[in-house]
Amino acid sequence: MTTSTPKRPPARPWRLSLSDPRVAGLFWQILVVGIAVAVVAFLWSNAVHNLSVRRISTGFAFLGREAGMPIADSWIDYTPKNTYLRAFIVGIVNTLRVAVIGIVLATVIGTLVGIARLSSNWLLARLAAVYVEVLRDLPLLLQLLFWYVLMQGLPAARQAWKPVEGVYLSNRGLILPSVPLSEANWWTILAVIAGLIVFHFVRRRLIAQQMLDGRARPAWPYALGLVVALPALVSWLAGASWSITLPELRGFNFVGGLTLAPEYFALLIALVTYTSAFIAEIVRSGIQAVPRGQSEAAKALGLKRGFVLQHIVLPQALRVIIPPMTSQYLNLTKNSSLAVAVGYQDIVSVANTTLNQTGQAIESIALIMMVFLTISLGISLFMNWYNARIALVER
Amino acid sequence: MSSVAHLPQDPLPIGPRPAPRALGGHFTAWLRANLFASIPSSIMTLLLLFVLGKACIAFWQWGIANAVWIVSGNDTSACRALRGAGACWAVVPEKYRFILFGTYPFDEQWRPALAVVIFIALFAVSSRRSFWRKELFLLWAAALAVIGCLMWGGFLGLSFVTQDRWGGLPVTLILATFGLAFGFPLGILVALGRRSKLPAIRSLCVLYVELIRGVPLISLLFMASVMFPLFMPDGVNIDKLLRAQIAFILYAGAYLAEVVRGGLQAVPRGQYEAADALGLSYWEKHALIVLPQAIRHVIPPLVNTFIAFFKDTSLVLIIGIFDLLTTAKTAIVDPAWQSFSVEVYVFVGVIYFMFCFAMSRYSRSLEAQRTHN
Repeated sequence: MTTSTPKRPPARPWRLSLSDPRVAGLFWQILVVGIAVAVVAFLWSNAVHNLSVRRISTGFAFLGREAGMPIADSWIDYTPKNTYLRAFIVGIVNTLRVAVIGIVLATVIGTLVGIARLSSNWLLARLAAVYVEVLRDLPLLLQLLFWYVLMQGLPAARQAWKPVEGVYLSNRGLILPSVPLSEANWWTILAVIAGLIVFHFVRRRLIAQQMLDGRARPAWPYALGLVVALPALVSWLAGASWSITLPELRGFNFVGGLTLAPEYFALLIALVTYTSAFIAEIVRSGIQAVPRGQSEAAKALGLKRGFVLQHIVLPQALRVIIPPMTSQYLNLTKNSSLAVAVGYQDIVSVANTTLNQTGQAIESIALIMMVFLTISLGISLFMNWYNARIALVER
Repeated sequence: MSSVAHLPQDPLPIGPRPAPRALGGHFTAWLRANLFASIPSSIMTLLLLFVLGKACIAFWQWGIANAVWIVSGNDTSACRALRGAGACWAVVPEKYRFILFGTYPFDEQWRPALAVVIFIALFAVSSRRSFWRKELFLLWAAALAVIGCLMWGGFLGLSFVTQDRWGGLPVTLILATFGLAFGFPLGILVALGRRSKLPAIRSLCVLYVELIRGVPLISLLFMASVMFPLFMPDGVNIDKLLRAQIAFILYAGAYLAEVVRGGLQAVPRGQYEAADALGLSYWEKHALIVLPQAIRHVIPPLVNTFIAFFKDTSLVLIIGIFDLLTTAKTAIVDPAWQSFSVEVYVFVGVIYFMFCFAMSRYSRSLEAQRTHN
């Protein structure tokens, strides 16, 4: 060994002066934390005092009491005789219902509009630009109220619009044909999901083998077997029936079919159109961020147009698209709280009613915040995982 | 160089070839290239023209041909007779004063109108690159003070008007602009705190930013309207508008902190090190060297954030503060005008759109200048 490890200089002794950066750092931290603690303690003592004056007991015990709050639009069983806890769960399910479907639809429409903006057809590109510009520059709440008013102005159930057989649009909302799902149907759906997962691994294995010897192995027989034949077999064995129920007008309302209440439908349209305008811009800039040379080189290799888009351009564009897309998904979820303005009973609306009924302001708002923080965290974790998966592997 | 001089001159220089002649005239060439380039493109064009034509005709019939433009007093029978076949624009001349200025005393409404003009002038001045100096902060402080004096009054013969009578466009502009004006310094402090080496300060700032950004604005507004009074000592009563304004400032602070942090990260390390080498203190380093560069860098995203605030102010409708959208919604509570909400929403929509469109155009022109440079 010719080189000796360099000796670390001896640590300077502490000086009790603000000119010593370590002492200054400690001083500022203690000061700021002290102020923060003092403010919180002051507010908390006021809250404790005010609550005792108003005879409101703190804590979440009220969740076990009878809610007495009607919720019209719920996917899980609920009556006003149920507890506040159950009402909150209904609210959370309603929030997730509008957020998840909204995210899927906004992504599809936003991507189409984003691609349309880059179209060589001048009219299509212009119309897409107008769509983006108008929707982005109006407050979401205004759009939501606008859609809701339009929804209320629709004809009554008896004069409902019928664009296609079995689909009705009236002031009762949108009514669609549905398939009643029994246990046997659920087993079949489960079989499709299981088949897709197994097929995913089979395909990965086939590609790995192709990497070894260069021989292409067709994947479609496996797809046919796992995703079509297997569920069909399960469906036949379990005796599932797939008859479609068409909604029927009886008296003043519809019976059968799937009903999207006007509040839900207005909220969904407003969220989807508003967010799709932002997603369109993200998709457009993502595609434009891929250098032209990439698609030109792929064409020079003789690859087909669809193949170039799917395997060359989109994977590179996705890297630019995913991070801003994540924040749009978070925005859509947070914006779904505007439901309270049209009376769709999501978590915020349920908490607001609870707050008015019980006076438990702190607990209700804390519950709203906890629910949204959890959802935000969930979306962030999923998108970060997806982003890491598609990230460029650099040497 | 010399070898080039020896080369023989080209005896017959070939002139540039004429540009390929387009089929048909200039206009038909454009049509062919942009609308009818291929068969699918042509089908798409025809389909869109058909849909667009239908929509235009429908809008023409509803909004112009069949519309009622003026009625006398509250007699809306002419509008009702249309049964939705035409718009009732008469609601706009009837209600515009209430929509724009809310319940502000009718004879004094020149004051909020002047305040709106000052706001627009302030935005116009701030958009000029030549005004991006330290004096701009003083100008903002002065303009906001003048606006406050105008709205409140109580001096020089102006009657005093309490905040609960303010309404309409000035309230929307006040919430957004004061939110920006106070949220910006807060955002700078939090952004610096988030990049600080001191763990306690850093985690406090991270907690603040992530908490605010993780929850919907409505929950913050609910906090301001129902939870805030619980946290105040006895006898302290803060006005509802002011509470909403505080919620907006806290909300703005968190989002602006992230914008400013982006700018701080864009300042090269050498700038920080050079400032340290000169022996500047932490605050001198940031005030004189780092922040002026960082803020210039984030002006386009700052404008975009402001557009978002401007739209988000409409959420105060839910806690019952009279901003532009709430006054619009209240204007049609009047039984005579109840069924003409679409017309009123179109009216306020146009106002919101003009502000946001102007700002987003401006932000894009800034971006374009930057990429051009």
